[in-house]
Amino acid sequence: MSKFDIFKHELVPKAVVLSKEEVEELRRLYGIRKEQLPWIRRSDPMCRALGAKPGDVIKIIRKSPVAGEAIAYRYVVPW
Amino acid sequence: MSSLTKSIKSIKFGLLSPEEIRKMSVVNIVTADTYDEDGLPIDGGLMDRRLGVIDPGQKCQTCGNRVGQCPGHFGHIELARPVIHSGFAKNIFLILKSTCWNCGRILLTKEDYEKYSRLMKKYKERWPHLCYKITDKIIKKTKLQECPYCGRKQYKIKFEKPTTYYEEHPEGNIKLTPSEVRTRLEKIPDQDVELLGLDPNVARPEWMVLTVLPVPPSSVRPSITLESGVRSEDDLTHKLVDIIRINERLKENIDAGAPQLIIEDLWELLQYHVTTYFDNETSGIPPARHRSGRPLRTIAQRLKGKEGRFRSNLSGKRVDFSARTVISPDPYLSINEVGVPLDVAKILTIPERVTKLNIQEMKKLIENGPDIHPGANYIIRPDGRRIDLRFPKDRKAIAESLDIGYIVERHIRDGDIVLFNRQPSLHRMSIMAHKVRVLPYKTFRLNLCVCPPYNADFDGDEMNLHVPQSEEARAEALILMLVQEQILSPRYGGPIIGAIQDYISGAYLLTRKDTLLTREEVSQLLINSNYEGELPPPAIKEPEERWTGKQLVSLFLPKDFNFVGRANVCNKCDYCKKEDCPYDAYVIIRNGLLISGVLDKKIIGAGQPESVLHRLVKDYGTDVAKEFMDKAFRLFLTFIDGKGFTIGIDEEELPREAKDRIRVIIEEAEQKTMKLIQIYNDGLLERLPGRTLEETLETKIMQVLEEAREKAGEIASQYLSEKNSALIMARTGARGSLMNLAHIMACVGQQSIRGERIHRGYYNRSLPHFKPGDLGAKAHGFVYSSYKDRLNPIEFFFHSMGGREGLVDTAVRTSQSGYMQRRLINALQDLRAEYDGTVRTTNGLVVQFKYGEDGVDPAKSDHGKAVNIDKIIEKMMGA
Repeated sequence: MSKFDIFKHELVPKAVVLSKEEVEELRRLYGIRKEQLPWIRRSDPMCRALGAKPGDVIKIIRKSPVAGEAIAYRYVVPW
Repeated sequence: MSSLTKSIKSIKFGLLSPEEIRKMSVVNIVTADTYDEDGLPIDGGLMDRRLGVIDPGQKCQTCGNRVGQCPGHFGHIELARPVIHSGFAKNIFLILKSTCWNCGRILLTKEDYEKYSRLMKKYKERWPHLCYKITDKIIKKTKLQECPYCGRKQYKIKFEKPTTYYEEHPEGNIKLTPSEVRTRLEKIPDQDVELLGLDPNVARPEWMVLTVLPVPPSSVRPSITLESGVRSEDDLTHKLVDIIRINERLKENIDAGAPQLIIEDLWELLQYHVTTYFDNETSGIPPARHRSGRPLRTIAQRLKGKEGRFRSNLSGKRVDFSARTVISPDPYLSINEVGVPLDVAKILTIPERVTKLNIQEMKKLIENGPDIHPGANYIIRPDGRRIDLRFPKDRKAIAESLDIGYIVERHIRDGDIVLFNRQPSLHRMSIMAHKVRVLPYKTFRLNLCVCPPYNADFDGDEMNLHVPQSEEARAEALILMLVQEQILSPRYGGPIIGAIQDYISGAYLLTRKDTLLTREEVSQLLINSNYEGELPPPAIKEPEERWTGKQLVSLFLPKDFNFVGRANVCNKCDYCKKEDCPYDAYVIIRNGLLISGVLDKKIIGAGQPESVLHRLVKDYGTDVAKEFMDKAFRLFLTFIDGKGFTIGIDEEELPREAKDRIRVIIEEAEQKTMKLIQIYNDGLLERLPGRTLEETLETKIMQVLEEAREKAGEIASQYLSEKNSALIMARTGARGSLMNLAHIMACVGQQSIRGERIHRGYYNRSLPHFKPGDLGAKAHGFVYSSYKDRLNPIEFFFHSMGGREGLVDTAVRTSQSGYMQRRLINALQDLRAEYDGTVRTTNGLVVQFKYGEDGVDPAKSDHGKAVNIDKIIEKMMGA
């Protein structure tokens, strides 16, 4: 099956899985536990494409009409 | 009182076990009767005195407290046979379906069972919120025909709403009795219960089948004694009586060894009564009714919906220290003020602590008492005793006994802070803090500039007023909620409070180039607007001294204020002549002097971003803006008052020549429609993409007719005098539009339903006055006449069809958007923007990483933008 790269689509924002250190930094920045981030399912097409596992944190960089570029984070949960 | 405070860390919900119900019960209820012949409660009846007191003066048999203190106590009913709790019927079904009927184990293969137990354990630690997902999966997966533990064959369970279960045997369906259901549920081991999503410590599945029914305290279902002395019982009591009666009958029948059939009938009846006792709107069964035929209001109905306990009594509590009456306008009030009727001011009070600074004043208030305005209604002594000043004892003596530390509940008076509100409270400007002005008559008075935030008018609107009782509340209201602090709306990034209607017309008339005022007129205008200061030198000295309106406005602007903008009257010419604008629409304010341009809606109007008002608030603060609105705006009103501003029907009359031109235009349009219809009939009409031939014709006709109406309107406006009041209002944006004028003078035009011409009515025609299949303008709701020329009956009918659609639309829209608003508010109410710029829920969950992605507060922005670079450049360069 030829795999379609969702990130090539213009409406799909860029995303990366954060390293352990980056997650630690993020946690310190906002003073939160990982679970307090918004959640994303492992089964989400974006997580599948990134190969993110439960417990990971992904960083999403999207285009925003008001801010140019907006950064969001998602905590990967099973399912 | 406030000695020990504890904070709630968590709440856990579970099921009441039969033991718990018995433990909290003070009496086993066995009699269906409530009172004996003497009117005394029967022991063991539903009104047993141990259940709590309802009549004042009595002592509770259980706790010894009196009415207010006794919380009420539960009783219980021992059910002769168990019944299903209808609220858990679905859960019971799922559990029955996924467990073995014989040994109670979950119907999973041993490997699966292992796997899911492990997963469940892991999830409980890491993602407790997701445990239900595993339960869902387990329930979906249990399809084994044979129990892997005891090897028994399994049968399919069928659930029939609301409370019946069947087992599908090859011989036919067998009904499961609640007793059978309960024994099955009892067999399920604790570890399996956990996998099914329940915590066995607080919610064993068999507790979903009731063997004991709690009886709520009598204070929950008080009986009412009518004037005739007849006692009327609460609906819940009625329902409980039914339950007890059937329960007793069932018990007797079982004891007497009655046939199985009779017992089953009674059992089912008991099940029905218990089900309706919980929820009398359970689908699939008829609601239990009162003798009069009214459905009973049982537990679920008490809680549910708009009239339920939550929305009506918990979210919507009634409050003290509030008033409601009709509102009316008063331009002589500040925007921060509210006029409070004297009668209201004498009832609403503020508690004021007596100090050595105010003791004399307070004594005077007490002497005045509750009936003379600056007075007081109550005194609270330091020991907590309240002294009522209503009954004329010797108030002078009471006043003399006043001492420091007493609290006086004094009338509200000028300058007090109150909250003012108009429903529907759709945004935060719907409740603002005002300063009291006690006035005669019986209505609340408010400045006209605060109509837009409240969306108020004076056609009978009523508003509410609340008096904050604590210093903290008043301070907060004053600093955060005062009207002047709300001028800038987070909705537009511009001022929501500003000039409307006559203010705009007045400002325009005053600042027009041809407005020249004598010394007397100027003095009159300025004295009315509370101006204090020198009269500026007249703009024209010879032959007589004259001042311009622009000079007067300039007096109220800050001395270093600069502004450039275009007024509403701007013609939007291709080439802008700026200062030399023939309409005087190019507004220039330099160093606080209005040099050119007229003031109108775009410059001082409510809800206009980038206006003078907006710049005043942003650059000089709310105090300056408030002063401008209180003083300069009064200038506009005084001016328009003195000048007079009116319209009459003959001013909207057109000369014969204009009427002829309009008639020609409309006739041409009619010709064009006829031609289009001709082309269509000949089958020569070209189809527009995505439309049928008929739709194409419709759009084309609509276009032609719309064009005609527009042209007619244009012609009409050409013949209007520059001094026409309606035209001035339309141009300045004070009220009405050029289209409204065209409707009055030239032609009302096409009436529409759902954006189409009017087709409904008879078969193939709208009215019997037309031939079937007539596609002409007249037959489908085109109104040739203008309002002034009067509509003929057919036109009038079409017009009212269109008008009715508009009314229905607004009615539907408000209810829909109201519900949407409610849902949104419920979803968003506890979110807040934290100091680090994130938006979080109360438990710290991040919703947005930066508020609005850019962290800009729209109320403090320039029309949504964080910085207005143009303005900054202008400021730097302009200096």
